[in-house]
Formats: sequence, C-alpha cells, structure tokens
Amino acid sequence: MRFSLIHIVPETTKVPFIKGRFVAMLFSAVLMIASIGAFATMGLNLGIDFVGGTLIEIETQEDANLTEIRESLNGLGFGEVQVQTFGAANDVLIKMRQQEPENPEVEMAAERAQQQAANTVQETLVEMLPGVEFRRVEVVGPAVSGELVRAGILAVGLALGAMLIYIWFRFEWQFSLGAVIALTHDVIATMGMFAVTQFEFNLASIAAILTIVGYSMNDTVVVYDRIRENLRKFKRMPLAELLNLSINQTLSRTLITSITTLIALFALFFLGGAVLRGFSFAMIWGVLIGTYSSIFVASPLLLLTGVKRGTSEQDS
Amino acid sequence: MLYFARWKVTLILAVLVIGLLYALPNALPENVRQSWPGFLPDKTMNLGLDLRGGSHLLFEVDIDAVREERMEALVDDAKQVLREDPLIPHRVTVQNGAVEVRILGDGDMEEVADRLEDLARPVSGILVPGQANPRSVSIEQVDDTTFRMVQTEDALEKLSRDIVQQSIEVIRKRIDEYGTTEPNIQRQGDNRILVQVPGLDDPERLKELIGQTAQMTFHLVYSDNPGDLTSAMQGRVPPGARLVPSDEAGQPDILVRRRAVLSGEDLKNAYQGSHPQTGAPVVNFSFNLSGAKIFGDITTDNVGRRFAIVLDDKVITAPRINSPITGGSGYIEGNFTIESATDLATLLNAGALPAPLTVVEERTVGAGLGADSIKAGEFAAVVGFLAVVVFVLIAYGVFGVFANIALFANVMLIAGVLSMLQATLTLPGIAGIILTIGMAVDANVLIFERIREESRAGRSPVNSVETGYTRALSTILDANITTLIAAVLLFQFGSGPVRGFAVTLGIGILTSVFTAFVLSRLIASLWLRMARPKTLPI
Repeated sequence: MRFSLIHIVPETTKVPFIKGRFVAMLFSAVLMIASIGAFATMGLNLGIDFVGGTLIEIETQEDANLTEIRESLNGLGFGEVQVQTFGAANDVLIKMRQQEPENPEVEMAAERAQQQAANTVQETLVEMLPGVEFRRVEVVGPAVSGELVRAGILAVGLALGAMLIYIWFRFEWQFSLGAVIALTHDVIATMGMFAVTQFEFNLASIAAILTIVGYSMNDTVVVYDRIRENLRKFKRMPLAELLNLSINQTLSRTLITSITTLIALFALFFLGGAVLRGFSFAMIWGVLIGTYSSIFVASPLLLLTGVKRGTSEQDS
Repeated sequence: MLYFARWKVTLILAVLVIGLLYALPNALPENVRQSWPGFLPDKTMNLGLDLRGGSHLLFEVDIDAVREERMEALVDDAKQVLREDPLIPHRVTVQNGAVEVRILGDGDMEEVADRLEDLARPVSGILVPGQANPRSVSIEQVDDTTFRMVQTEDALEKLSRDIVQQSIEVIRKRIDEYGTTEPNIQRQGDNRILVQVPGLDDPERLKELIGQTAQMTFHLVYSDNPGDLTSAMQGRVPPGARLVPSDEAGQPDILVRRRAVLSGEDLKNAYQGSHPQTGAPVVNFSFNLSGAKIFGDITTDNVGRRFAIVLDDKVITAPRINSPITGGSGYIEGNFTIESATDLATLLNAGALPAPLTVVEERTVGAGLGADSIKAGEFAAVVGFLAVVVFVLIAYGVFGVFANIALFANVMLIAGVLSMLQATLTLPGIAGIILTIGMAVDANVLIFERIREESRAGRSPVNSVETGYTRALSTILDANITTLIAAVLLFQFGSGPVRGFAVTLGIGILTSVFTAFVLSRLIASLWLRMARPKTLPI
C-alpha cells in the first residue's frame, strides 16, 4: 500500500528559531505581564470548590424563564444568586456564594447555614417549577474549600519541584532550570487565561494545569534529549546553531503530537458535554502554550545559562 | 531490537489476551455476562457517582461537643468524690480547658489527692505488662489549696477514635435499615466520615437520616404550673429542672426534670404504626426487660403526672400517665407523616450518634445527568479516536497502521486494567482516556520520526527501524515519567472525581508505553520479515 504521505513538516527544516528568540522573549514577557496583571486586577472566577458555596443544576420541563427564577431566588435573602443556562435552554445552573452565619463563633455554623440555604433553594425550585429534575447538587463548606485550595497549590508546587529534580537527575542543572522556568511560564499563562476569560476555576482546572505541566515537560524533554545527543555528536558546533538544529530535527514530532492531542481535545470540547468544556478548553490552551514554550522558552534559555559541553557525555 | 524470542512473543500476546478478557464484559450485555463460564472475568468497570448518579456526603464529627460533655462529667465526678463521707468543702470550676478543684478551709490535701486519683482511670482496659498504662486524667497540685485536672492527650485521642468508629457503625445501621444498596462508608482524616451512596431518589431524606443525632430520652415533667414555667422562661430555672422547647412550632416550652429516667438505649425495638383511635401515624416502641421494669415502676408511682419524650433536645410529645404501664411498650404520638414516623423508628433502632454530625461537603448527581455524561463521553471518545486514527494513517501510512493497532490495544488495555483493579471511572476519568488517546501516539511519533531520519541518513530499512526504536527509547521513558509524576501527584492531592482523572491518565501512560513501544515493534518486525521492503514507506 503506497500512497503519498502528507509530511506535516518538510523533511529537513532550517527555521531560525534561535534567531527569533528576542522576539519570543518579548512576546513571553508581554504574556507574563499581561497574565499577572489580569490575575491581579480581575482575579480568578473561583468555583465553589475553592470559595465554598452551592451549585445546583436543574432540568426544567419547558425552556426556563431565567429572570423569574433569578428574582424569586434572590428574594430568599441568601445574597446574590447566579442563574444561567448550561448547555440547553431547559438546563439551568444556579450558583450561590458561601453563606455568612449569624453567629460565626459557633462550631460549624457556616456549614449549617450553607446546608440550610441549599435546602431552601431546592424547596423553592420544587414549588416554582413543577416536574423539575435536580441533575446535580454540590455544597462545599468553608473548611473543605480551604483544604482544597491548599491541596491544589501544594500539588502544583510539588509537581514543579519533582520535575526540577527529575530533569536535574537525568540531565544537568542548566536543563532543569530552563525546563522549570518554561513550566512556570505555562502555569502563569494558563492562570492569566482563566483571569481574562473569567472561566470558572475549580478542581478540574487544577487537574488541567497539572496535565499541562506534564505535557509541556514531555515536549521539553524531547527537545532536550536531542540537544544532549547533538552536544555529543557535534562538539564544535556553536551552541546557538546546535540548539536550532535540535529544535528543527524534533519539529515534525512536536507538531504531530500536538495535532493528535489537539484532535482528541477538540472532540472532548465539542462533544464531551458541558461539564467537561472548561477543562478541555484549558487543556487546548495548555497544549498550544506548552508547545510554544518548549521551542521558544526552554531551549533558548540554555544559551543564557550556558551548557558545559564536556560533562554531558557520561549520561546515557 | 527486532528479534523477539518466542517466550517474549508469547508474553506480549498473553498480556493482550488477558487485557481483552478483562475488557470484554464492558462491551457485552448483562445476560451474556451472566451465562459466562465462571473462570472468566465478569466485572465491568466501576462507575463513579458522577456517572451512575448518587450522593457523596462528607460529614464532620463534632468531637469538641463530646469533649465538653466529658469535661462537665469530670466536674460532676470530682464533686461527687469530695462529697463522700467525710465531706471535704470544695469549689470546682472549669478554667482554660482544665478542671480546677479548690479546697475550702483546711482539708487534708493527701486525702483529696487520693480521692481524685480514683477518677484517673486507665485509657484502655487492657494492661500491657512492662508499660505504663496511659491515664485518662492527669492531676497536679498547683498550690496549697488547688488541684488541676486535665484530660490527657491519650484519652482525648482514644475518645475521638472511638467516637468516629461508633458513628460509622451507627451510620451503617441506619443506611442498611433504609435499604440502599452498596453504600461506601469510610473514615477520612481524624474526624470525618465519607458516605457514598449510588443511585438515590431522595438524597435529602438520606442526609437527614444520617445527620440526626437521635438522642432520645424520657423525662418526668417537673411542673405544669404556669407560674413556674413563666419564671423559668425568664431565666430562673429551678435546680434539677430543664426547659426544653417543643418540636411543634407555636407550642410552649416544657419544664422537665433534668435527670432522664430512660433513654433510647433502653428500647428493644421501634416501628411505624397507627394510632388506635385516630389512625394517625405513630411510632410504636417496646422497652427491653430492665427498661420495661423501670417504666412500669415510674408510671405506677406517677399516675396523673405527665412525662416527656425528648428527641435531640426537643419535646416530641408529653402525654399524661392515666394508668400504670407495665407491659413495657407504648407509642409516640407527634406531628408525624408515615414517612417521618418510619424514619424515626429507623433512627431509634439504629441507635443514637455519639456526637453531632455536620455535612461539610455534598456532591449529588442525578441519574439523568450521569447517563448523559456517559453518552457524551463515549461519543467524544469514539470521534476523537477515529479522527486520531485517520490522521496517523495519513501521516505515516503503513507504519500508521501499526500505531493504530497499538492505539486500539491501548484503549482495550486501559478498559481491562480499570475493570481488573475495579478502579472507579469518573467523568474526568473519561477525559483522561480521551487525552491519553491523543498523547499515546506520541511514543510512536517519536519512533517513526526517528526511523525517517535514520532512513534519510542512508540506513537500510531493517537497520533504520532497528535504530529508530533503540534511539527513541530513552526519550520515550523520560517523556512519560514526567507525565507520570504529574499523575501521581494529582492522585495524591486530588479529591473525588479528579482522582479518577489521575487514575486513567496514569494507567494510560503505562499501557501506552507497552503498546506503542513493545507491541508496535513486534508488529513492525513481523512486517519487515514478511514484506522485506527495499525502501521504507514512511
């Protein structure tokens, strides 16, 4: 069976990636500043996993009258209640913030207030909308949400630390530093994306960030592996040229893997249902930014830190 | 690298066949699985609550409440021993979490120390030879007239452990009586209990059933005199009495005797019934032997007075004793529906919780959403899989076929491993599988790109393939180990559904290294031997 294969990338490319590093650096700097700025000014739209609160998804018999639902729920005195459709016109998502208890010094008062508010809202909905179906009810109290925040930050921090150590072990500290700077770049850019789009940031978002870290690391390792190999092979080639050669040699693989991953993610984004949409969007963004960073951030950084050429040879 | 010993081929095939056997039940209808020979695996994947519908409830046990109770009991005990003959004048107070015993006048301090010492029981009943048994209370003399008593850490720790354990048992009994299948009840951390119940039509009711303390006590009414009641409501509660609100809104509080004559523990059983005259739902109960005796004595001695049945600090009913009740059984009237009377009977049978419980996290998914999620997830997985297959075929031709066989085997193995381990598949878990479909190709891409390069460098087909696989291996391992690190951390720190994602991602990484590296290499070597190509179609 011979048919002409589409070569995604021409057989030998000589794209001057390294020459473009100043443009890339500028772009990354702007991206970082914009992300941190957005994070500082707009903040994240934190989901109930992290701030506590109540989320109720209902399916109504007919298309839902959002204004009516909003008005009657806001009249209950539980603060502002967000009401929006979710996927379909008769699928409604109701979100309520953490309740302030009357006497906060009493043990678990906030949790009880929360439960009570959630119950009242559900009773009101049952009265107002005959035949309503509760598709999902999530109530997270302040104690649990605080723990989830800590666990999330810890998990991302430890992931970065573990990658740093692994790369250090397998390569050298210059590589390890470059890789972790690139990963941090990706994490910041992803947080910035969440701040700008105001997509809900929840437990699934932490999962997305960790997966992005894993994916981007994967990409970076592939390029670094080739750099290490070429360092042994071409002892006299100037470092900039060698980095460029390595990136070009792995370019085809980088792009093809990104494309297959993106294909799967787009299927998930469009067909996987509303619950997974935020997650798949974050992952799509992460694959793009991760691919960019391993070419334009992780590799050029080796020029700055300067790789010693003699010592790489012992590594297998 | 291209030569496979026979045993290796056998091993690879065996892994695939075992994977297939474990994955197969998921693709077969229930009745086929039932008629399956017993030696074949018949378990399907274990679906998470977000896919099958159900409730995930995390309760926190309020251990502080019990600690305070213990503290009060310690105060009472201290007073008791000092009141014994000869009485030692004293004042007992609670100061900064410790009980302070001050001796008034010039009491014999050694005698006091001796008496208090009796309160410091060993923490566990079993004496370990050669080891000091930790004591429940530590006693120290702070000055000439004062002793301080503190509950020891050992005692408090054991108390927490016991309370959580007891609570779990009570919850299990209640859920069993409620009649739900396959509840998962487990301790989480120091003072939390996780309850997971699949497929529920009324999660609210379950929550109330579990969360209610259900501490029932029987008290004689202290006084029906309206004057006493009014002064008690103004804060002048007579010693030995207690003001308890009524369960029914709008009804006045009732002044009962502080000491309970009987409690829920004295009951033999309870069941829902109807009132002999009105037919309204009631809860019938009967006492055990000693309870029946006490109840008989009390009703005999107090004909004409009222007694109150108090549930969780609210009076449910306070009937008048018209004649002695010696049969040891009776019924509780109240504002019941059939459902609430049944629930109360369930609670009384299962026993009271040793400490109050509060819901700190609740995640309930309806069966409808779960089914929709599975459908959407399956559809996305199939479309994603096919799209990747087509793309890989276009990009690598005949080698793309190898990669696709490997990809298919990978998905099969993930399903097989999930079924074998009975790991829980959640919605994020499905996302993990779909992501793995995209990323699993990576190993093959690395290999094929390498083969292309080697072929371009002028190596023979066999040599190119051989070198391609060899050289790509270390890269593949490095790349996958980093992702595996992320998956492990996610599993460690993630909760609930997110853990499901970590599980499928982790399993997917391991199986993909096997299929993309080992299996595809076997296929490639067979193909090279059979086709003997002059040039590589890659």
